[in-house]
Amino acid sequence: MSSQENARRIRVVVQPSPFDMGTETARLLTLGPDIGGLGSFLGVVRGGGGLVALELEHYPGMCEQSLTTLAEDALQRFSLVGCTIIHRVGRLVVGEPIVLVLAAAAHRGAALDATRFLIDRLKTGAPFWKAEEFADGRRVWVESRQEDEAIAARW
Amino acid sequence: MSDSVTVLYFAGLREQFGRGSETVALSADVLTVKDFLTARRQADTTFEAVFSRFPRMRVAVNKVMGDLSTPVHNGDEIAFFPPMTGG
Repeated sequence: MSSQENARRIRVVVQPSPFDMGTETARLLTLGPDIGGLGSFLGVVRGGGGLVALELEHYPGMCEQSLTTLAEDALQRFSLVGCTIIHRVGRLVVGEPIVLVLAAAAHRGAALDATRFLIDRLKTGAPFWKAEEFADGRRVWVESRQEDEAIAARW
Repeated sequence: MSDSVTVLYFAGLREQFGRGSETVALSADVLTVKDFLTARRQADTTFEAVFSRFPRMRVAVNKVMGDLSTPVHNGDEIAFFPPMTGG
């Protein structure tokens, strides 16, 4: 597959602003009649323990580059028709969407597996860092979980 | 002009250093990330103190993940950061 062809099938965006899942789904479906199913994962800021918001920092340039490489890997591995990764950065309050992964394939197995692959790998493989902000004013950098690294390595 | 590299710090490392980027002169005997770190530690004790707090520190050279053996050249962008926590 040429890189130009890949570019049409892959959409990677890193932005502070919200995204619309319906719009993104419709955009992916324009890739054509070969699509038989679309897997999706929407990551949301989870509350609890006094958490108010997350601050998402990223490495501009490297972030987009590593997400694109990851998407290319998924396209080939799962014979996807296309996929979308949108990751927000900046301050996001509890309940706000952080990340959207969509994977379109001929059949559900590939679409669902690819979705899982993309989000599992993204968590430890793209240069994003989360700081937690609590109601009492504390601000704490999230430590990467060994468990997440093990999950990413499983693929 | 003498050789130099751009050094970037992210997340906790950026906060501990109190800066996100700096230009660092590159001496001729620095060939790898490991050499670079050794030289920085010797030149500035705050580096030793900060790096010791991040035993799982990661490195990227020119926006590609690297390790201690990754070569370093004039004009490179070397980024140091804690393990990534996206998603």
